[in-house]
Amino acid sequence: MSDNPKEHIIICRCNGVTLKDIEDLIDEGITNIEEIKRQTHIGMGPCQGRTCIPMVASIIARKTGQRIEDIKIPATRIPVRPVSMGILVGDNDE
Amino acid sequence: MMNKADVAIVGGGIIGLFTAFWLAQRGERVVVLEKNYPGSGSTFRCGTGIRQQFGDDANIQMMVRSVEIWKDFCKYMEYPGPASECFTFAQTGYLFLLYSESEISEFSKNVSLQHKYGVPSSIISPEEAREIVPTLDISEVMAAAWNPTDGKASPFLAIRALVDRVRDMGGEIYVNTPVTELLIEKNTVTGVKTSRGEIKADMVLNATNAWANALNEQIGVRFPIEPYKHQAIVTEPFKAGEIKPMVISFKHGGAYLTQKANGGVIGGIALKYGPTWDISPTYEFLREVSRNFTRIIPALKYISIIRQWGGYYAETPDHNAILGKVKEVDGYYIAAGFSGHGFMLAPAVAEAMADLMTKGSTTLPLDFYDPYRFQRGELREQAIQMG
Repeated sequence: MSDNPKEHIIICRCNGVTLKDIEDLIDEGITNIEEIKRQTHIGMGPCQGRTCIPMVASIIARKTGQRIEDIKIPATRIPVRPVSMGILVGDNDE
Repeated sequence: MMNKADVAIVGGGIIGLFTAFWLAQRGERVVVLEKNYPGSGSTFRCGTGIRQQFGDDANIQMMVRSVEIWKDFCKYMEYPGPASECFTFAQTGYLFLLYSESEISEFSKNVSLQHKYGVPSSIISPEEAREIVPTLDISEVMAAAWNPTDGKASPFLAIRALVDRVRDMGGEIYVNTPVTELLIEKNTVTGVKTSRGEIKADMVLNATNAWANALNEQIGVRFPIEPYKHQAIVTEPFKAGEIKPMVISFKHGGAYLTQKANGGVIGGIALKYGPTWDISPTYEFLREVSRNFTRIIPALKYISIIRQWGGYYAETPDHNAILGKVKEVDGYYIAAGFSGHGFMLAPAVAEAMADLMTKGSTTLPLDFYDPYRFQRGELREQAIQMG
């Protein structure tokens, strides 16, 4: 196990992305949340970013000296919550 | 910022970056100009499929070469760590489900043509198809076209590897740097004007796919490329390996679906909107994709869709790309209008473009994609447009 505590702080529970993963990308100059999403798959798991995106936005704000309200958040898309294909086709008799 | 390059490439997607790689490997000084971030246009929105099962000579030949390169991608990228961590081109095959005599006869013809180029495809029985994907509903399936050497790959890892490799080789990639104008003197391109200043270049490649005509307007050239909204979905993960190949059914809305390495299903249907620049997801697509997917694999009704997104197919009238020299201005080239096949075709298309730009010719069948075929009224047979 690494001694770097940032490797043990999970930011995205769906895809196991740590604080260190996020900070490393920001240190590389990748500060656009859309690009961080595509590099690490934050916001792409079952929670669709409802847990991790606000945290990632605050990490970017802290590390780049921006105001959190100036961080552009990725588009929210349907379905808002995971929906089974059975429900979507009206096959609801389980 | 670099102020002089041999080649300036406009567009940092899979086509622009792969061409930059081949050119840099031949000692050319390349600069890639990307208006947003690498992969942000169409590459990161793609369905991830890589297949040789086309129905015409040129696309089959290009894809055979592409698959050779995809297989050795990590070697080309000189990835320092273990290959398993570099990039996975999973050769899990493409399975076209066939539901009628006419589909079987069409795909039998395609298979014979594919054999000419060494593609190991075949027509198999419904039972054999179910051995490959045990959860398939084969009650109406009459046969399937199967090629085990087709597959899929992650566009995220591919772009990341190319960006690192091109930079290692001395190429420059500028992000958030839109190109606003071609610089032209005496009918010869001399560079590009960007948001950060001018860059001189002996050659310019327009690799902006759906956006290609924006740059062409300046020289009064317009190729028939229109943006259509296509969408895809991904599901929650479940046990990986249940749906290994890309499964295709024209009968079910032109559906394509496969399971990713992490266990989620990725796929879509042919339902499209356009021409349009709007790529917002539609409920109609969500409902139709569910209806069609659950008919192909009924057990999917228990699986939840977690995300849906849109992207562009930069479509041409025959669904084949526009590749070659732009005759109106010396030194100006185009590789655009991929109609949904840019990711899979990229390695070979990029190699052919690098050949054309450095040697003036290529052994790959680039003429098939001649930008001026539409002007001459020579539409190609439509490419099989699917996943």
